[in-house]
Amino acid sequence: MEMPKVDPFTLARKDELVRALGAVLPEDAIVYAETELRAYECDGLTAYKCPPLAVVLPRSTEEVSHVLRICHDMDIPVVPRGAGTSLAGGSLPTADSVILGVARLTDVLEVNYDDRFIRVQTGRTNLSVTGAVEADGFFYAPDPSSQLACAIAGNIAMNSGGAHCLKYGVTTNNLLGVTLVQMDGTVVEIGGAHMDAGGLDLLGVVCGSEGQLGVVTEAVLRVLPKPEGARPVLIAFDDNETAGACVADIIKAGVLPVAIEFMDRPVIRASEAFAGAGYPDVEALLIVEVEGSEAEIDEQLGLIEEIARRHEPVELRRSTSDDESARIWLGRKSAFGAMGQINDYMCLDGTIPVSELPRVLRGISDLSDRYGLKVGNVFHAGDGNMHPLILFDANKAGDLELCEEMGAEILKLCVEVGGCLTGEHGVGVEKRDLMGHQFTADDMEVQMRVKDVFDPKWLLNPAKVFPLATTAERRA
Amino acid sequence: MLRPETEAELAEIVRGANGPLAVQGGATRHMPAEGDGLTTAGLSGITLYEPGALTLVVRAGTPMAEIEAALEAEGQRLPFEPMDHRGLLGTEGVPTIGGAVALNVSGPRRVTVGACRDSLIGVRFVDGEGRVVKNGGRVMKNVTGYDLVKLLAGSRGRLGILSEVSFKVLPAAATEATLRLDGLSVAEAVRAMASGLTSPFEVNAAAHDPAAGATWLRIEGLAGSVDYRAGELAGRLAAFGTTTRLDLADSARIWRGVRDAEAMAGPGDVWRIHARPSHAPELVARAGAEAVLLDWGGGLIWVRVAEGTELRARLGSFDGHATRVRGGVDLPPEVPAIAALTAGLRAKFDPRGVLAGAGA
Repeated sequence: MEMPKVDPFTLARKDELVRALGAVLPEDAIVYAETELRAYECDGLTAYKCPPLAVVLPRSTEEVSHVLRICHDMDIPVVPRGAGTSLAGGSLPTADSVILGVARLTDVLEVNYDDRFIRVQTGRTNLSVTGAVEADGFFYAPDPSSQLACAIAGNIAMNSGGAHCLKYGVTTNNLLGVTLVQMDGTVVEIGGAHMDAGGLDLLGVVCGSEGQLGVVTEAVLRVLPKPEGARPVLIAFDDNETAGACVADIIKAGVLPVAIEFMDRPVIRASEAFAGAGYPDVEALLIVEVEGSEAEIDEQLGLIEEIARRHEPVELRRSTSDDESARIWLGRKSAFGAMGQINDYMCLDGTIPVSELPRVLRGISDLSDRYGLKVGNVFHAGDGNMHPLILFDANKAGDLELCEEMGAEILKLCVEVGGCLTGEHGVGVEKRDLMGHQFTADDMEVQMRVKDVFDPKWLLNPAKVFPLATTAERRA
Repeated sequence: MLRPETEAELAEIVRGANGPLAVQGGATRHMPAEGDGLTTAGLSGITLYEPGALTLVVRAGTPMAEIEAALEAEGQRLPFEPMDHRGLLGTEGVPTIGGAVALNVSGPRRVTVGACRDSLIGVRFVDGEGRVVKNGGRVMKNVTGYDLVKLLAGSRGRLGILSEVSFKVLPAAATEATLRLDGLSVAEAVRAMASGLTSPFEVNAAAHDPAAGATWLRIEGLAGSVDYRAGELAGRLAAFGTTTRLDLADSARIWRGVRDAEAMAGPGDVWRIHARPSHAPELVARAGAEAVLLDWGGGLIWVRVAEGTELRARLGSFDGHATRVRGGVDLPPEVPAIAALTAGLRAKFDPRGVLAGAGA
């Protein structure tokens, strides 16, 4: 992975930087000792590591503003960091950059059920946002699988999704307002507790900008009343294509499940060995979940099962209790851990039109044969967001490179059939060099012009999202 | 009137433009700006519709009616319930989807399923230098690069001229139920609507018309589920009075009326106020309006006031913003930091000032 050349002039100014930061931050908010910097050398994409020049952990929007102003004036790049769970290297530092972590910004600032929102500092974890409102019967809908650890700041930066997007949308659909600190220290309030921020949709472009437009310190999030109940049905098929056709028919029928999850045989077997959820040994499994009262759940599941039967499933198992529901979800929720136990793996994140599912699964299988690397598929079928897991051996020379090459081929296939490189993880450094397969030079130029406006010096997370050669002039 | 028939022609016209272009779709939603007239009506037709993937891709000049008919044939719909502006503005012509996107037009269901921009998953547009740009695509989960899809939605044609738009569509509901409460004050109505919207019964629209003395809450879904939830909701709302369940025809008529702000009929300026729902009673009192309609549980307040009324002065400071939509478009003022970003983006997307935009 190529990263920009380190600026020796910046490295030489480390003491000066630390002194300047010390004037605006308490001592415990600055990390600069070599050994302590190690903790920030990578995020969830552990294949790439580099300790930063320094780390700051501010406790307020004002402190964030001071830090950014200092770095702006000294021309030092800043890499914002939520909880560091990015799978795309979104918070991977360079040796001449400052990591700005929001981990100490964790307060709930306001909860208002009449207006159906919560205002939080963005270092708060996704799950603890729901935690702050669930006793009152509410929840925050986006649920990335890292929700126990990941921070709202990172969710906003990557526009995170989750398993229940089909019904509730992704982060951008549940975000009402932000407090954004620009690279020059300017603090901007965008949107608020009202619907539609007004003017140009700056909120829309900030969400998903991978920390390149500003640092979001506070967010107003939509909270929703919890449904009365939820229950899944497990549907097993002899082949992937039939499972794919069944997904399309369910969606078309007018019943909108909250989740449709898909697992193929390698994943089923691995998760079965790991978690023992009692899955049948078949080619493809669907977990379809619906919400409502008992009677409503029965009505919806009845319709879904009727559709599924037309595709002659090997097995159809409707949950009749919370216990059974938990068992059905157990295997799916353990899938990534199970695969990780048997192998190193790389998790992809391309999205495809649901109708292309059979073709793409065939294509992945062909690539698997060609590269000699095994692949498991587990993904959100309702919205076409695939997560192929390519298995490789990190200790075998050349295997990581082979795996990356194959991953790139799969993502190109996703784009070719009308999809995209990343559905919820973000581009980061991981998919940066594939952007040219999805976008023309003009498409990227216009996107980069947005960054020109928010961060004219290109100091915020500058080595991400776009191919390095494309941004070279702007970063110079 | 310039009338490109292809995206390439549109790009060529923009590249060759010497002064501002007054872009319009069907010109039903606003008065075109000053400049050489350009209509996107020639860029028309459904490019791709896959009901099984909930995906619709259409050229920007496609009439709304054509889109609605195609979706209805498959039992689907645009989730955001876009209004028809002809009644409110007294315009004639054919409303297009591009106009709905350019103004981020969203109706009663917005309070729960989101605005037009939330259903929009892809755009193609021509920027002020004649560059053809695509962003997003045809899949509903996509975080590849910056989200210019949202930025273009509601940009009033000031950043680019839309040539094609893609949507996540949804199944149309099998049936619906609307419950009406009678004789509530604005404050009581807002509390009743909040009670419905914070219930687990999936109320997906809530409106209040003081002149009609009516407060409506809507539920949609499968028949058994709708009956169950309507019953539970009526019980929950009992503290606010007796509810009446409307028949299907009345329900459809009521929500069409709310969507199109029919309560604003009559002379005067019309404003839209976006605010915290719980602040609606206070804002309605300050507005001193001749007619009022609350949608989105009170989050959207329509008011009709005498021509030339300085409504913002009456409202004073509040969380939200007010836009005059009839009587001359008047967009909310922006704080300096936001204004600087807006001006910066306009300068980057349209350095020559060709995109006069719609009413601002």
